[in-house]
Amino acid sequence: MDNIQLILNGMMREMLSPGTAAVAIAVIGLNIHFGFTGLLNMGQAGFMLLGAYGMGISVWHGLPFAVGILFGLGAALIFALILGVPTLKLRGDYLAIVTISAAEIIRYVGRSSLLTDFTGSAQGIPGSQYSDPFRSVAFWPFTGGGSWVLLPFNYHDVADGAVWVRLLGWAIAIGAIASLVYLLRSGDKFSGVARNGLVVLLVVFSVFLLLFLFPLDYQKVGVNGWWLRFVAWTLVAVCCFIVYLLVRSPWGRLLRGIREDEDAIRSLGKNVFAIKMQALIIGGLFGALGGMVYVLASSVQPDSMGRTLTFFCYTALLLGGAATIFGPVLGTIMFYVGRAFIFQASRAYVPDSILNTQEAAFFSYIVVGVALMLLVIFRPQGVLGDKRELRFNV
Amino acid sequence: MVRGTAGLLLALLLAPFLVLMTSGSASAVTVMCLPKADETACIASTMGSRAEPIAGVDVILTAPDGTEQRVTTGDDGKWSFEITETGDYVVSADAKTLPDGFELENETVDVKVDQLGKSFGAILQLRSEDYSAETSKVDELIQSTVNGLRLGLLLALASVGLSLIYGTTGLSNFAHAEQVTLGGIMGYFFVNQWGLPLWLGGICVVVFCAGTGYFQDRGLWQPLRRRGLGLTQMMIVTIGLSLALQYTYQLVVGARTVRVVQDNPEVSTFGPVTITHQSIVAMVISVVVLSAVGFALLRTRVGRATRAVSDNPALAMASGIDTDKVIRLVWTVAMGLAGLSGILYALVVNGIKWDSGLQILLLLFAAVTLGGLGTAFGALLGALIIGLVVELAPVFGMPGDFKYATALLILILLLLVRPQGLLGKPQRVG
Amino acid sequence: MSEHTINPSGLADPAARAALVGGFEATPGASKPDSILVVDNIVRQFGGMTAVDVQHLEVQRGLITALIGPNGAGKTTFFNLITGFDRPTSAGKGAHWAFDGRTLDKTSASSVARAGMVRTFQLTKALSRMTVIENMMLGAQDQAGENLFKSMFRPTWRAQERAIEAKADDLLGRFKLYEKKYDYAGSLSGGQRKLLEMARALMSDPKMIMLDEPMAGVNPALTQSLLGHIQSLRDEGMTVLFVEHDMHVVRHISDWVAVMAEGRLVAEGSADTVMSDPAVIDAYLGAHHDTDLGDDALLSEEHMQELAEEVAAEDAEREAEEEAEGLR
Ligand SMILES: Nc1ncnc2c1ncn2[C@@H]1O[C@H](COP(=O)(O)OP(=O)(O)OP(=O)(O)O)[C@@H](O)[C@H]1O
Ligand SMILES: [Mg+2]
Repeated sequence: MDNIQLILNGMMREMLSPGTAAVAIAVIGLNIHFGFTGLLNMGQAGFMLLGAYGMGISVWHGLPFAVGILFGLGAALIFALILGVPTLKLRGDYLAIVTISAAEIIRYVGRSSLLTDFTGSAQGIPGSQYSDPFRSVAFWPFTGGGSWVLLPFNYHDVADGAVWVRLLGWAIAIGAIASLVYLLRSGDKFSGVARNGLVVLLVVFSVFLLLFLFPLDYQKVGVNGWWLRFVAWTLVAVCCFIVYLLVRSPWGRLLRGIREDEDAIRSLGKNVFAIKMQALIIGGLFGALGGMVYVLASSVQPDSMGRTLTFFCYTALLLGGAATIFGPVLGTIMFYVGRAFIFQASRAYVPDSILNTQEAAFFSYIVVGVALMLLVIFRPQGVLGDKRELRFNV
Repeated sequence: MVRGTAGLLLALLLAPFLVLMTSGSASAVTVMCLPKADETACIASTMGSRAEPIAGVDVILTAPDGTEQRVTTGDDGKWSFEITETGDYVVSADAKTLPDGFELENETVDVKVDQLGKSFGAILQLRSEDYSAETSKVDELIQSTVNGLRLGLLLALASVGLSLIYGTTGLSNFAHAEQVTLGGIMGYFFVNQWGLPLWLGGICVVVFCAGTGYFQDRGLWQPLRRRGLGLTQMMIVTIGLSLALQYTYQLVVGARTVRVVQDNPEVSTFGPVTITHQSIVAMVISVVVLSAVGFALLRTRVGRATRAVSDNPALAMASGIDTDKVIRLVWTVAMGLAGLSGILYALVVNGIKWDSGLQILLLLFAAVTLGGLGTAFGALLGALIIGLVVELAPVFGMPGDFKYATALLILILLLLVRPQGLLGKPQRVG
Repeated sequence: MSEHTINPSGLADPAARAALVGGFEATPGASKPDSILVVDNIVRQFGGMTAVDVQHLEVQRGLITALIGPNGAGKTTFFNLITGFDRPTSAGKGAHWAFDGRTLDKTSASSVARAGMVRTFQLTKALSRMTVIENMMLGAQDQAGENLFKSMFRPTWRAQERAIEAKADDLLGRFKLYEKKYDYAGSLSGGQRKLLEMARALMSDPKMIMLDEPMAGVNPALTQSLLGHIQSLRDEGMTVLFVEHDMHVVRHISDWVAVMAEGRLVAEGSADTVMSDPAVIDAYLGAHHDTDLGDDALLSEEHMQELAEEVAAEDAEREAEEEAEGLR
């Protein structure tokens, strides 16, 4: 029981962590590229790294925080333009090849010892150099220092945290999340205010239940505290909303048209190049934003934002369901929670002589790779995607 | 068929454990200083380069209080000092112990030790005494050209296969780089660990890698093609495969660099060009193998069939070519070539790591795109160009860290003026 | 299509059309009194093979012009070239073409469409994973909601969206696709996709519509009503250029016919004159046929037999030649 509680606690921490939120934002961007427009951007980590560098370097060198954010977004915008101009008129493979190469180049350049004064070379920029201004803008409930268990009332308070309380709680939580997923998948079967209300209600209920079952204790405004979590997940919600607004519009319809067949859209008099460029830029901006959130809790480490991270983004996107609104978020959470589960479980149940800590981490990555393959082969629509859409091979 | 795919993936998942249990860990070569947290720090480096280390040089360390320590570099050129105090240290070398005809580029190197528990590097650069700036520029150019050709040939081995796969199946194989790494790592196991002679080990590597190609196509790609999986989806499958393989390698050999042969390579000098014997052999092998592949493509029945499938799969099938067979062959050959490229690469740069292949992936893609996606000869041409660009860029003033960026820059510029690549054909619409 | 009913040349009247067409010269590249499309010196080569080599062609405004020619004559390639989907090999070396007075030499495919010349594809390009109505609505021009910044604010495009949908409903009704409105386009049959593509092209109210084999795979009853529809488009003032292999269709609705063979324009004229033109018959059937192409007798047993024999003989000859070449 203790082992299980430990594993579940680890999964819960991973689920709420700012890193998960950051990647979710980047995946939302990738969803605009790949899910809606069909652009094979293999360099989302490059966009993230640029955002992180833009913010980190400018704040480190004394510029205001807001200017840092603008620099990060600006860098991503320019990057998108440089990559898009030569490739967006060509077949999709070219974009893939150029973006993956360019993202790697950014990483190499960032690691270069010539730029130590700017990028801190391979060591990167420590978080302490740029995250203070972020914490200084924390507002009311977060101010005042100290730490919080978000929900003071938790399972310890019911029958002294007996096993049956927890088991019951877990069952209800699984039920709530399952019905949430069902509701999201059901698409337009029952739409309107009632459905949206129910979704919100279920989300709130699940979050409270989870906090009740897994009480988490963080500082209010620490390096890795509630303030950062609050901002990160609020940004996730805002990004989802923006994407929702964008894709239900005629512009979003154009994106999907381009994904299906560019030439058809071109023959209808639409400027395909411009729209693809807009999509590349918007998704890239989300990526940069994700990158900034990603480094706020740690440091700007070029090697932590290499192509592996891009591949994680793809796995998360396909897991949740490409071309859906909530798929990226759900997918990212499932991805990180799942990986935490594999890691924690193999730590808890596999003896050290077979898998030590580091090897357990490698093993969890291998599982990720294989999972990605299985997913694409057997369930390409992910959890939330529409199977009907995929019946027609294009 | 579906079950077959799942079985293959399962095997893939379990394979690392089997290998893990059968392989022992390799022992370290030289005893080096290891920093202990808050107690000691190290100042260490290598005299000469890793490929051409210089033994028997006395290195002198002057501590902040003026005391001196001496060590002599070992066979691998390595030297190290253990220190217990922070402060400004100075490293120099005893000129009398330097090999004949060499001098130090700068007499001393300053090392600022600001923290214990870390290692600090101090590179004492050697140059020949008759060094003069102008001749060296030309010499550097020649040396870099040779290095560029060497890199280009190795890239060509891998990218021809990549291009053939793209041509016949339309798939951009992101796991191709892992096949290159696999070649190097299998070389380490066959030759270094299990003691096969190099030539036999090399053949084993190529056969093994070609086998992985055969079974990959048979167990994975062909079933997926039959299932009608889209090309984009297949590409993502290759990404998953690449991820799984990378970490499998890390699980098996760890994050360290492993070498195919233990002893240091011998070096020859031809005028301005210094080159290891292994590089010469690697270049000769590459040229021979690439010519053989080229000949096969142009002159043999299978080669012509392959080109026909590349050109137009539907038409090729209609004219009685068994495309599945051709594609199976292409996978086998391509993976064999990648494996060969990997072991040669490991010999040339004297070691391979779990991510060595990844580092050249973008060069491979650049080469293939530059030549024209799907054209084998374009890939060859592209690889040579990319190899030369990467090695020559530093000579023309590009900082060494940015030499890969130059290759990408060239690619982007080319795409702007000639999107189909050097030897590619434009696409048909409508 | 009733909103834009302007009738510039009064060509709804068959007699007026006949009179107009009667004034045209029946030679390849003949000039027309009011040509909407003028093409000069377009050459496209693939490797050594010349797919298209058109010296001069004019298309009269407000008429239905058919472009016919045997398989591989270069019709689709010609469409690709003038609609900006391909570039002539002769670009910059005398190639010149203009639509409605506007030079298109360097114009992109989308600008060509916006200029009012919209095409369909021989191999249909239905957007499979979108619904039929979404396909249709993509066809409409100048949508405010397609602007990135306005798209996020629904009120800026809601009214226009409704109007577009109403228009799409109307067209879907005409093309017998209304029942499929909310189905995925990928679930339509081949013929239905052709219809969808044509209806989608009409959503943009083009001045000229270019149809690449619109009737291929459409059942005879529907063909009949589509022909009627195309004619009514012409009567409303639209110019139609279409590629078709079915000579009955060509004869039935086209006012003027241009014939391509091996990339060149070999003949122009009214349907009847063209189909009895020896050059055209040569192009279609090889030499030695003095038959009218539209003639049903052509489809009789004997004729087919004869033709097959001739083709076999030609094939054998070619094979022998190739073999000889191979030995060399
Ligand atoms: N991208 C291309 N590469 C090489 N050859 C091409 C290409 N596009 C067209 N061709 C060749 O050009 C010639 C003309 O082709 P096109 O498609 O224009 O013929 P078509 O008149 O439309 O024939 P059909 O009536 O059968 O549709 C053909 O011989 C074709 O093989
Ligand atoms: Mg055609």
